Amino acid sequence: MKHLISIDDLTRQDAIDVLDTAEHMAQTQSRSIRKLPTLVGRTVVNLFFEDSTRTRISFEAAAKRLSADIINFSAKGSSLSKGESLKDTALTLDAMGADAIVVRSSSSGAAHLLANAGWIDKPIVNAGDGTHEHPTQALLDAYTLRRHLVEGPTGSDLAGKRVIIVGDILHSRVARSNVKLLSLLGASVTLVAPPALIPIGVQSWPCEVSYSLDAAIAEGADAVMMLRVQRERMVGGGFFPTEGEYSRRFGLSTDRADRLPDHAVVLHPGPMNRGFEIASDVADGPRSVIVEQVNNGVSVRMSVLYHVLAAHTEEAS
Amino acid sequence: MTDTPTTRTEVLRADEISRALTRIGFEIVEAQKGEDDFVILGIHNRGVPLARRIGESLRRTGATDREIDDFVGTLDITMFRDDLAQHPTRVPYSTDLPPSGIDGRTVVLVDDVLFSGRTIRAALDALSSLGRPRNVRLAVLVDRGHRDLPIRADFVGKNLPTSRREAVRVHLTETDGDDAVLLERPLTEEETR
Repeated sequence: MKHLISIDDLTRQDAIDVLDTAEHMAQTQSRSIRKLPTLVGRTVVNLFFEDSTRTRISFEAAAKRLSADIINFSAKGSSLSKGESLKDTALTLDAMGADAIVVRSSSSGAAHLLANAGWIDKPIVNAGDGTHEHPTQALLDAYTLRRHLVEGPTGSDLAGKRVIIVGDILHSRVARSNVKLLSLLGASVTLVAPPALIPIGVQSWPCEVSYSLDAAIAEGADAVMMLRVQRERMVGGGFFPTEGEYSRRFGLSTDRADRLPDHAVVLHPGPMNRGFEIASDVADGPRSVIVEQVNNGVSVRMSVLYHVLAAHTEEAS
Repeated sequence: MTDTPTTRTEVLRADEISRALTRIGFEIVEAQKGEDDFVILGIHNRGVPLARRIGESLRRTGATDREIDDFVGTLDITMFRDDLAQHPTRVPYSTDLPPSGIDGRTVVLVDDVLFSGRTIRAALDALSSLGRPRNVRLAVLVDRGHRDLPIRADFVGKNLPTSRREAVRVHLTETDGDDAVLLERPLTEEETR
């Protein structure tokens, strides 16, 4: 695994290997000494063109627990706000001796460009690019689902599991990566959203589409993943009539959560709008694995950094 | 032909491996001077079945009456290696310690072949992140020499003088289907002719 740009880069076995490695990383995180010497002397750059708290901190924690040095680089307060191009930023980072770059951008394809334009020959990890993909989020979701839904999770996939993804599919890179990864691992995915928040071309995705959350829940589910309504991307409005109506029809209320089977879990990639797409009682309830997702995120990102960095530094230098 | 032609000599047969492990077991107990609180940790891959076999022979002979999982565990050292960049990445194995842990105990590390000593260096680092053993001992089935580091084994199945051009292959039923230790040597040009 040289880069992680898209779930398309992974085979089913690659994905299972990443999850199994994360399992091992999680095991080391319960020890009194949590730091591993694996990536000592390597430098990971967090290149964030877009605001982020949990993803950036999660990558930072992951790199530090593997003993890598981490440089945080955010658009605010850097030359990026003076109009420096992605190319010049990449050349600068290369010259400074970065061994891997974790990149988040509001432009779809930024990570792909960085990996393939020939500016820098280092592993690139996509930490979210526009409305395209967010592969490490999908991996941590799959990891969380596997832990809760599969007995003896190591080595197995998610065959036969049913996952409902609800909300702003149109603007969600998390949904795109999850549809690809969950179906790669054998789960069946149903997307639920108002018609205006379903992207064009969804027919070619390996999933079902429904406009009714109640109908989707009635068919039974092993997990429900709520997405944040990304109002900052909804320029011009008109995606749904009112917030109240959206919340009534597509929000995960206590009543809807009670209709799920006993073993079903509720996920949310965060940040949450409590009381809007998810009721506070559900977010804090026994089905919720939202806090655990954050914890698993560190293990999964340790696994990804290990897989892209451990084998490739020698040939790169 | 793509591979260089090699000769193979069997240096330990199945019964000799079994005798060597039983003897190592006795030596471990003897060195403990009656204290039955040691922990045996097998290093992945082939150290794991070897550690288990040593543990089983100790139970069979009555040297200990503890359950096997109470004093035999496994140790993965993948994340502690210093040569990760030279190999393709692999999924780490699990580290399973006996429930008692390793703090204040004697830990006996078990591996198949002792060569450069780098595996053991990594294993010692891995141990220190797990706890603080009273002391650490090393048991190996074969010591083939050529150390890169100041490390030696306390319990050795067989000392096997080798040249660096030779390779030692350990086969175990659990991992390879049969029990044997083989020495492989590339043929010289004269021999190939």
